[in-house]
Amino acid sequence: MYAALWRLLPGPLWVRIPIAVVLVAAVLAALIIWVFPAVNELFVPPEVTVGE
Amino acid sequence: MTDIAPVPVERELRRPRRQKASVVGVLGEIFLTAGVLVLLFLGWQIWLNDIIVGAEQTSAANELAEQWEQDATEPTPEATPSDAPTADPAETPAPVDPGTPVVAAPPAAGASFANLIVPRLGADYRRPIAEGVGLNVLNNRKTGVGHYPQTQMPGEVGNFAVAAHRTTYGAGFHDINSLLVGDSIYVETADGWYKYIYRGTEYVRPTGIGVLEPVPQVAGLASTDRIITMTSCHPYFSAAERIIAYGVFDTWYPRAGGPPAEIATLVQAGAN
Repeated sequence: MYAALWRLLPGPLWVRIPIAVVLVAAVLAALIIWVFPAVNELFVPPEVTVGE
Repeated sequence: MTDIAPVPVERELRRPRRQKASVVGVLGEIFLTAGVLVLLFLGWQIWLNDIIVGAEQTSAANELAEQWEQDATEPTPEATPSDAPTADPAETPAPVDPGTPVVAAPPAAGASFANLIVPRLGADYRRPIAEGVGLNVLNNRKTGVGHYPQTQMPGEVGNFAVAAHRTTYGAGFHDINSLLVGDSIYVETADGWYKYIYRGTEYVRPTGIGVLEPVPQVAGLASTDRIITMTSCHPYFSAAERIIAYGVFDTWYPRAGGPPAEIATLVQAGAN
């Protein structure tokens, strides 16, 4: 899977490496901005209040 | 013998061999990816996001404080910001008894009405306190600390009780167990700064509502003291128990006199 993605990248090695880094960074950013907050909604945080 | 081999080898080298993707190989990569994603999410949830949300809550607190400062200095039309404090007499710290603390009227549900400043929890620790302990307050990127509506207000005789998360959603009370006896706890409002002194911690069951009494854990007793009670969950990532930190009122600083020296830097820095 990742080997196929790597082959899809254009250019020689020194071009592919920065492209791959940018792609990984973009994926991480998307996770942090959209995916993780959405998944977090599924979790119920521990209660912090006292009550009956 | 040695002459036979070179031809196929060279052809092999010229055209790099493509490995066929196997089902097991792809499946393995998917599982590895899923594992990495779960670890990333955990790191985000218990560490990175608290920093992000905590910073948002702090900047919301700074905005609140700025608003109060502006409201307080409104009479002067050409109100110059920050670097030129209005009243010079306020600069000289006069050991004047500020008198009985002003008690504000109870705010509307969900409204931010105060900031919590605890130097022990960080040099820039300043979080907004909003009315109510529902998830709309506690899980909010602009508040984070909630005031139990049935308890008293800052500076009022009785118990000013607040709650915040120990983990996640900014984790306002993550380090509440690190408070030391004698530490200052400031509640900042439009009227000024109320200083409480940390006195002790106890652990109670989730049903331990006695901690919210005007005299904590003593029902029906008329209070003469001003107490702050901070509740959070214990242990980390669990709701099995509650950690309760108490402070007693020490003094208060009216807004006109400027912030107390201990937190002056924080108050100034937040205004910029």
